[in-house]
Amino acid sequence: MTGTTSPLTAEQLSATTLLRFATAGSVDDGKSTLVGRLLHDSKSVLTDQLEAVERASLSRGQEAPDLALLTDGLRAEREQGITIDVAYRYFATARRRFILADTPGHVQYTRNMVTGASTAELAVVLVDARNGVVEQTRRHAAVAALLRVPHVVLAVNKMDLVAYAEPVFAAIAEEFTAYAASLGVPDVTAIPISALAGDNVVEPSANMDWYGGPTVLEHLETVPVSHDLTACPPRFPVQYVIRPQTAEHPDYRGYAGQIASGLLRVGDPVTVLPSGRTTTITGIDALGRRVDTAWAPQSVTVLLADDLDISRGDLIAPTASAPGVTQDIRATVCHLHERPLRVGERVLLKHATRTVKAIVKALPYRIELSSGLAHVSDPAELAVNDIGAVVLRTAEPLPMDAYADSRLTGSFLLIDPADGTTLTAGMAGEAFAERKPADAAQDDEEWDF
Amino acid sequence: MTTTVATAGATDSPYALTHLDALESEAVHIFREVAGEFERPVILFSGGKDSIVMLHLALKAFAPAAVPFSLLHVDTGHNFPEVLEYRDRTVARHSLRLHVAKVQDYIDDGRLRERPDGTRNPLQTVPLTEAIQRERFDAVFGGGRRDEEKARAKERVFSLRDEFSQWNPRRQRPELWSLYNGRHAPGEHVRVFPLSNWTELDVWQYIAREDIELPRIYFAHEREVFNRAGMWLTAGEWGGPKADEPVETRLVRYRTVGDMSCTGAVDSGATTLDAVITEIAASRLTERGATRADDKMSEAAMEDRKREGYF
Repeated sequence: MTGTTSPLTAEQLSATTLLRFATAGSVDDGKSTLVGRLLHDSKSVLTDQLEAVERASLSRGQEAPDLALLTDGLRAEREQGITIDVAYRYFATARRRFILADTPGHVQYTRNMVTGASTAELAVVLVDARNGVVEQTRRHAAVAALLRVPHVVLAVNKMDLVAYAEPVFAAIAEEFTAYAASLGVPDVTAIPISALAGDNVVEPSANMDWYGGPTVLEHLETVPVSHDLTACPPRFPVQYVIRPQTAEHPDYRGYAGQIASGLLRVGDPVTVLPSGRTTTITGIDALGRRVDTAWAPQSVTVLLADDLDISRGDLIAPTASAPGVTQDIRATVCHLHERPLRVGERVLLKHATRTVKAIVKALPYRIELSSGLAHVSDPAELAVNDIGAVVLRTAEPLPMDAYADSRLTGSFLLIDPADGTTLTAGMAGEAFAERKPADAAQDDEEWDF
Repeated sequence: MTTTVATAGATDSPYALTHLDALESEAVHIFREVAGEFERPVILFSGGKDSIVMLHLALKAFAPAAVPFSLLHVDTGHNFPEVLEYRDRTVARHSLRLHVAKVQDYIDDGRLRERPDGTRNPLQTVPLTEAIQRERFDAVFGGGRRDEEKARAKERVFSLRDEFSQWNPRRQRPELWSLYNGRHAPGEHVRVFPLSNWTELDVWQYIAREDIELPRIYFAHEREVFNRAGMWLTAGEWGGPKADEPVETRLVRYRTVGDMSCTGAVDSGATTLDAVITEIAASRLTERGATRADDKMSEAAMEDRKREGYF
């Protein structure tokens, strides 16, 4: 059994890794039940929280405890019985700690799922086995693809209501995987479950002996994390310059930041952007330890051979694989605010550690998520929850990667300069990845569980 | 067509950070963002374990330079003496500047009135918000964690507050990637929560890993306590016990450190960090459920206080 509920030793606990994941599902797909079961069976719902839910459920005349009350934390949410915002949940097993971005299913779903998916390494898309792949499922898959979430789990729920029939599951899994592949989703794992009955959530199901794959929790515990960041070209946005100017450290000048991608090594020749000056890394301080190598997403302080003019907002990258610098950005965006985005609008653009002025030069198209990703050309504006393409001109050059290459140095926010409102989330480059050419393994017609 | 299944070995990548390293790295990033973007940040420092961990992270984030922030303590007047002693010693050791806003001053001159139940925790909001306005702090670090309470689960890392320090959950800015938006109008400020993604257990494990000193009341010790509403409260000048509340000496420790009038002790024999971690990992109660009276007042107690400016 995985997901042990016995107390963990300190050694077990500190060696674990962290997985950030997001859930997406329509109102009646059973997302609350799945989240509730994951939390409950991993001992993350404690007695006083359960009692509070039971008290609240009783006081509103419900017979059974309503697990949605565990996750609906705000007064307005409880009053209206709806979820209005992303909530973050925490649970742990002996193998791993989890941060779950619990994204609401029905109101303002695109914005909320984009928010949850931006930091997720895995997305769980729920489908009702009786309904199969519906419009909402395609929307969730599209958002996961757009945000380039590395791993997607298709949880085919309510298998108990279709007699645990393998062909039902296989047909849904095949349709979804084909759709996801067409969007460029690299990795889909399909799992037949019943969140209500507990099949294949934490415990393997006795009702589906035809399924030989992992349970949801087992998959969450074993899916690889952070592998993609360290394989990418190194990017180090300078956050803050550390200059103690004390008797003990009269000449220390360190560039503090969090490595956005790749590995940094002492001795690496680097270029500082946007100035383009070159130097060499002479030391790396990893929060108190002097190290030879550091990698994403570590927060470190980098020391350089030459005293260059470097400040917050600059980007340090290896001279051999430095990004291009541009003032003209073409990006896919999700518009987040009720105030629409229009051509000609002046905004602030926050990219890594730099904020610059920018102007919206064009809105080439809007994507119709509900009808097969059709492009609507030259929309008058992008409204809240719209996804589309934007052309921006910035007041200063920015070293921006394509989002496909780096989620951190390829992403940005548009901010209203008047009141600081966050308007838009941006991903540099085209929306969806090209479908990868099929290799030998992908020609296999069998389900490889 | 293939569905892939990862093997357990895949998590043994040499580049996968442990969960504590990942949380530490994220928190340090948040401290440095604030240092880079704000004029007058301050760290709320109560001498409790969360604020102690915050200060430790800030020290690491800017080493070998000094922490570029001052500290602010809202003193309810009902503090544990061991915690005040710890606070002052820590401030002196790191040559920090400490601002103290005292609830007692507000009661003495009539700006605040003592509550019938004697609890001063809700009274902290006014001295806190006035200190923020008076000192023109534009970023205020709090040790709040999203695992503490369901209203906190909805809190942003950068949480904009208006000139009255009010939190409006409906008007929160969406927060994506690690791009924190700290822009604010004059008079407004941002509450910053670098420990948002930490759990109580993470905090304790980190304290153990980094060998961070804590006030002694976090470890089992004999203490004169009395029972009120199911909680063991410390007898003292703040107003307890009443005549029908017998005092007894018990072996206890604290899971949270707040105002004496509403922070309960738990029965415990845990005298070491390892013993505390074992106890927390096995506990069936949240720390607030176990030991905080102020959160039991109503279903939305925390949300309501946060709306008014509580951290």
